[in-house]
Amino acid sequence: MFKIDAQEVNLFYGKMHALKNVSMQVEANEIVALIGPSGCGKSTFLRTINRMNDLIYGVKINGNIKIDDNNIYSNKVDVNELRKNVGMVFQKPTVFQKSIFDNVAYGLRVNGITKSSVVKEKVEKALVQAALWDEVKDNLKKSGLALSGGQQQRLCIARTIAVEPNVILMDEPTSALDPISTSKVEELLLELKKEYTIIIVTHNMQQAARVSDKTAFFYVGELIEYDKTPKIFKNASIELTQNYVGGKFG
Amino acid sequence: MAFKKKFFQGFAFSIFYLFSFLVFALVFAILGVLLYKGIPAMSWEFITKAPEDGMTKGGIFPAIVGTLALIAGASLVAFPIGILAGIFMNEYTYDNWVRKFIRMITNNLAGIPSIVFGLFGMSLFVNTLEFGVSLLAGSLTLGILVLPIVIRTTEESLKFIPLDFRLTSYALGATKWQTIQKVVLPAAFPNIITGLILSISRISGETAPIMFTVAAYFLPKINLAWNEQVMALPYHLYVVSTSGIDPESTSRIAFGTALVLTLIVLILNLLANWIRKSMSK
Amino acid sequence: MKKSFLFKLKEGFIESLVFISGNLAILIVFLIVFFLFKEGIGLFNQQPLEEGTAIMLNPTNPIKELKPEEIKQIFEKEIRNWKDLGGKDEPIVLFTLSDVDRLFTLEELGSSFEYLPSKIGEYIMNNPGVIAVFPEKYLPPKIKKFHMKNISLKDFVGGKEWHPTATPAVQLGVLPIILGSLLVSLGAILFSLPIGLAVAVYLSELAPKNVHQVLKPTIELLAGIPSVVFGYLGLALLVPFVADFFDLPVGETALSGSILLGIISLPTIITLSEDAMKSTPSELKEASYALGANKWQTISRVIIPYAKSGIISASLLGIGRAIGETMAVIMVTGNAAVIPYLLDYEGHFKNPFYASVRTITATIASELGEAPQGGIHYQALFMLGCILFIITFIMNLIAEGLNLKKR
Repeated sequence: MFKIDAQEVNLFYGKMHALKNVSMQVEANEIVALIGPSGCGKSTFLRTINRMNDLIYGVKINGNIKIDDNNIYSNKVDVNELRKNVGMVFQKPTVFQKSIFDNVAYGLRVNGITKSSVVKEKVEKALVQAALWDEVKDNLKKSGLALSGGQQQRLCIARTIAVEPNVILMDEPTSALDPISTSKVEELLLELKKEYTIIIVTHNMQQAARVSDKTAFFYVGELIEYDKTPKIFKNASIELTQNYVGGKFG
Repeated sequence: MAFKKKFFQGFAFSIFYLFSFLVFALVFAILGVLLYKGIPAMSWEFITKAPEDGMTKGGIFPAIVGTLALIAGASLVAFPIGILAGIFMNEYTYDNWVRKFIRMITNNLAGIPSIVFGLFGMSLFVNTLEFGVSLLAGSLTLGILVLPIVIRTTEESLKFIPLDFRLTSYALGATKWQTIQKVVLPAAFPNIITGLILSISRISGETAPIMFTVAAYFLPKINLAWNEQVMALPYHLYVVSTSGIDPESTSRIAFGTALVLTLIVLILNLLANWIRKSMSK
Repeated sequence: MKKSFLFKLKEGFIESLVFISGNLAILIVFLIVFFLFKEGIGLFNQQPLEEGTAIMLNPTNPIKELKPEEIKQIFEKEIRNWKDLGGKDEPIVLFTLSDVDRLFTLEELGSSFEYLPSKIGEYIMNNPGVIAVFPEKYLPPKIKKFHMKNISLKDFVGGKEWHPTATPAVQLGVLPIILGSLLVSLGAILFSLPIGLAVAVYLSELAPKNVHQVLKPTIELLAGIPSVVFGYLGLALLVPFVADFFDLPVGETALSGSILLGIISLPTIITLSEDAMKSTPSELKEASYALGANKWQTISRVIIPYAKSGIISASLLGIGRAIGETMAVIMVTGNAAVIPYLLDYEGHFKNPFYASVRTITATIASELGEAPQGGIHYQALFMLGCILFIITFIMNLIAEGLNLKKR
């Protein structure tokens, strides 16, 4: 059984056909990188997995996406519950105007976990997992906005894993960071893989090659090729993929 | 040719400089006159005593209290409704004709002359709902008057919060209202406060809407109740300056009242500006 | 953990409050229109008469119609014969309460005037040229009230005389009042548009950053000063100055109102025009400079034409602000409800700005307190409010439309 199983997903923004028959399977504890030129549909596809596209006016989706064999587009699914199980990290760090502690505790609290000893324990665990604990443990009351860009992004990751999701979606999580912060986040990804299934959208081809087990190449709304990362980068079977990873367009 | 070009530019620019300087000077002349003529009236008694001897002596204490009561009452009306309406506009409507229509109506509401609000308040609150000429009727009228200001600043402040903050919160399993309440509103709050202060300043300066809904000509005893009339600073200024029994002494009191009223309004405006500036840094 | 039912109920409740509040603005505008018209519209079902009075004529009198100004002329004895009104050659005899003492003895009237109505009836029957005006409670049996034509919209908007408390016939022509408002606002915009535009150009294109940082808040300060303070300053300082400077008998004139309203509408015009000019795309400006235009040429031929619709919209909102302003004008324009004619009785030009005028807002503010609720005067003032509302509403709509077009 696959962790995530997307079958013939089609998505329309009004009249625009933004995803065309995308099918993709992801196994547990894998990192999958989604690559392709801007506007190719990779971010859109990522957002179908936690139904973030539902929030956009005029979007229509058909097809099936199953997580752990449950169809997430079924009427019985509680969207908030789904989103709790499928965490998401954004391009720019989205630290709330709250303290470091309250940022991480936010997801727990909105999901009804308010007992302070439990919250405290889970926040600490998440910060440790996100490799941020040692840097912030003495300043948990300080505003999250006072952290550096790289720390802020790791704080966002900690906040995501605090609610103990099954899957983590990342939308270009390092594009706003400097190289040192980027490598820290990448190390973290490899560490997190042990517990989570991760799908990451990236513009950085080296990053995809460094961290992912499989890579999917999107072009104009279609999934062109999806295979083991070394194969995609060394001998892709489709010419378009070869041209893209070879830097001929993008 | 080059000379002509330069000459025209010089001529036009000097007019721009001149007018800009004149407007600048005008504002300070107005404030200067108010201070110069108003300060002699200032005293502890002026602030804490009721008017005496046909409003030629004494102070303006009941009018200050009345204005404060109107600020409180109108804020109670306008703030909750205005903030919720601003949230509705930015978070619950998509950019389609509903939003455009409501925004157009709100803008028009903002442009309705204040005396029309006075007529409306008199007809609906004083007569039809039988609240009488009272603090309740005046607060409702003034509250409706400043509603567009609160709606608009709330909407603008919310627009300022990046979409990703909302998405992040949803991605953690929060509902829409949780997201608004715990993430969006706290982040937008400093800017919303600015709008609230500006509306308080507007409430304290308006005269026409309260003339027929709440303001009392002379009511030295302070009796704050929803069904009672109150004195108010702007109306008091109007009364004192147009009743004119004894020009010498009324002019002193009128300038004093004008100074107090202007100071309240301007300090509130400066405060709002300061908050806006210090938050945008 | 699933969200509980109670939690969902609470959120649903709050969100419905949000929805209601969001749509309240529409309801309020609707209510404003409804209540203004509700109070005012009854005016057109009324005869232009003082409340509770009846006019009676001798039944043989062929006159079927009398206008309020004719009644006024009759009672001021400017018209003395029915033939001047198209009737028979018969001198007019006035008969009112004040004649009762002279004509009848106390015994004839009864101890509580119980015989007064029948006496009035007799007198009317015996005098073919009579015009009687009495409170309705003394209406004699068998004699019909003379019905005046109801007030029409045309009489109201086109009427040149405003005497809402005249007896026995009221005159409710608001033309001089509407013209007064338009005149004062026109003057205001003539004064504030050039100055406002100059300051807007300076702020948007010329001012160094530090000057901008001082000038802009100063203009916001000006916008914050309450209008009643402007009114008082106008009364105390501007009015005597205008009287002195232009050598007028009184300084409470349209001119004083225009200057004051001009100052009050300056911030609106400056801020909105500056925004409009600032939105000129920088490519347009650069293209103009690249063609060798200097700054002034760029401003006058690129920026101002580009910002044209924004500037027009700013001016409209400025005029709207001026027309709707109450407290400032009520204190400085003198409040005479007379049409500001351009020519005097001898046909010489006279400057209408030197005359005292009365605006819509000042009329409402100064008279509503004394008009009995539901009476004809009260209704007329609400109709005046409707007119004001319509004028400003249309101006706002046009200004809004111009802004939308640009976006």
